[in-house]
Amino acid sequence: MSILIDKNTRVITQGLGATGLFHALGAREYGTQMVGGVTPGKGGTTVDGFAVFDTVKEAVQKTGATASVIYVPPPFAADAIMEAVDAGIELVCCITEGIPVLDMVKVKQFMKGKNTRLVGPNCPGVITPGQCKIGIMPGYIHKPGKIGVVSRSGTLTYEAVWQLTNVGLGQSTCVGIGGDPVNGTNHLDVLKMFEEDPGTEAVIMIGEIGGSSEEEGAWFVKEQMTKPVAAYIAGVTAPPGKRMGHAGAIISGGKGTAEEKVAVLKECGISVAASPAEMAQALLKIYRPTA
Amino acid sequence: MNIHEYQAKAILREFGVPVPDGHVCYNGASAREWAKRLGEGPWVVKAQIHAGGRGKGGGVKLARTADEVRNTARDMLGMTLRTHQTGPDGKVVNRVLVENGCNIGTELYVSLLVDRATSLVTVMASTEGGMDIEEVAANTPEKIFKEAIDPLLGLTSFQCRNLAFSLGLTGKLTNKAVSLFKGLYATFIGCDCSLLEINPLVVTKEGELLALDAKFGFDDNAVFRHPRIGDMRDYDEEDPNEVEASQHDLSYVSLAGNIGCLVNGAGLAMATMDIIKHSGGNPANFLDVGGGATIERVTEAFKIILSDKNVKGILVNIFGGIMKCDVIATGVIEAAKQVSLKVPLVVRLEGTNVARGKQLLAESGLNIVAADGMADAAQKIVQAVAAC
Repeated sequence: MSILIDKNTRVITQGLGATGLFHALGAREYGTQMVGGVTPGKGGTTVDGFAVFDTVKEAVQKTGATASVIYVPPPFAADAIMEAVDAGIELVCCITEGIPVLDMVKVKQFMKGKNTRLVGPNCPGVITPGQCKIGIMPGYIHKPGKIGVVSRSGTLTYEAVWQLTNVGLGQSTCVGIGGDPVNGTNHLDVLKMFEEDPGTEAVIMIGEIGGSSEEEGAWFVKEQMTKPVAAYIAGVTAPPGKRMGHAGAIISGGKGTAEEKVAVLKECGISVAASPAEMAQALLKIYRPTA
Repeated sequence: MNIHEYQAKAILREFGVPVPDGHVCYNGASAREWAKRLGEGPWVVKAQIHAGGRGKGGGVKLARTADEVRNTARDMLGMTLRTHQTGPDGKVVNRVLVENGCNIGTELYVSLLVDRATSLVTVMASTEGGMDIEEVAANTPEKIFKEAIDPLLGLTSFQCRNLAFSLGLTGKLTNKAVSLFKGLYATFIGCDCSLLEINPLVVTKEGELLALDAKFGFDDNAVFRHPRIGDMRDYDEEDPNEVEASQHDLSYVSLAGNIGCLVNGAGLAMATMDIIKHSGGNPANFLDVGGGATIERVTEAFKIILSDKNVKGILVNIFGGIMKCDVIATGVIEAAKQVSLKVPLVVRLEGTNVARGKQLLAESGLNIVAADGMADAAQKIVQAVAAC
């Protein structure tokens, strides 16, 4: 079992440029059902075996796509998300980095009352190892298993996954929620899904400075979650007021520091890794894998 | 990015937000000329630096005659201003704003920002103008009033009136406040702001509302659609290394330590700084080379790291996912040769073709220490720097 995606997920790519195509090919090679792409104006053509459509609606009608992955450049990405939502796609993963925040504010309002789940933007995507890979993560570091991973950072997620795989712990699903201040899915949303997923036994949650997504997730862990959760928060050494790469990774007005987050997570019974090299060990302190 | 107060006020003026008349000046003589053109005095001379707390540091002064404006401007220009926001080194004043003074009745606070919890632009207002709003929020949260804005509707008149009445603005001031709040919202949307703060917003004794100070933060992701605002960037106000890095699309933040870091990915870059600290060292910077760590980018990154004279060693931490480790290793070797690296270099590579990557590093003939895993890498660089 898994969350969000599995072997039945049918994926289209919005933005089949060089980057989009490269990752679409990688996903197809991994075994994902990549059923087509959308490039306005190029409908009716075929690229590397991917049928191209002018609109998401048409792509959904012709391919039965249930998920979309977006590589559209930042100025046009918000529109691409809304087009996918309008077409009724269940899951949209927006990989694009650099979307203006006010564009995302509009997207969020547009999505209210609709059934689409947006993951990202500015994220690596979602993978259910051995079944479906949507996004830019390297597939081979993953291994099918029972640990859920949720993170705001891409390479730090790979680090965690690699540690898990090396101690023999596979993953149910890994979700990169992205580093932007306004995004579709937060830690809390993913933790709820992992709690309900029978295929997930424990979770690693990775956070960083800025905002309060980690704290909101932590309160849920304390109050309602039955599965063990380990965590790591990046940015103990980050200075206030400076954007640390991610648009959302900033301590503003003294809020969103790593210390503050770590304190709340610990208070909520989460096993917090003291260093990024100890994420898998932090989980093993509170979780015994079943046979 | 940030801009100066005089630039902020020019933008506000365009959007119909009332601000005092004023002009930016670069020398004493022009300050005196502008003072005479602006009015009869008194005037306020304000140092233009990208930091708050200027008043306490001597960067805001009242002048009663045009000659006094000239003398004050002369004194201020070239001085190093230290405030709680500039850091211990302070900032050199290169421009001053000469502005008409006003008769302050009461001081209020208003700001707009994107509330991450609701994903909505939110207006925050308070009766406690001129104060540090974070302290107000912590100590007397009941004195802060908020209105969240529907992006499809914009800020409505009733929301503006709610705010006005909460601030005690009644009678003729109500409509003036409504118009001012709407002007601020139009500015925020029109310029893709991340923050717009007016502190203080004053009610003059003559019954007018005036934005006496203004602080803007812009969404870096949206500056592309506002070239005019991009042109307002003052590179003198920024760390030269950070400016250089941004020109090469590298994400770099300088810190006070002595171990330079070169990492791919923002989260891993922060984690690398943290593990250096955890191992007893001190990181000199945050640096994310991004997804495509080519020879050129790695070379530029090395140059930027090494231009910080405090750097006594470098840690490269790359999780090669899509990128292959042998390609990255080649990049690191070439870059190290090009900059004739003299400080210890520890490289941690993980991912595709890692064995080949490590082999290349070992055979390079350069003094590169290979590490297995982040903990090992951090310990090795901390030891190497301590031994220097």
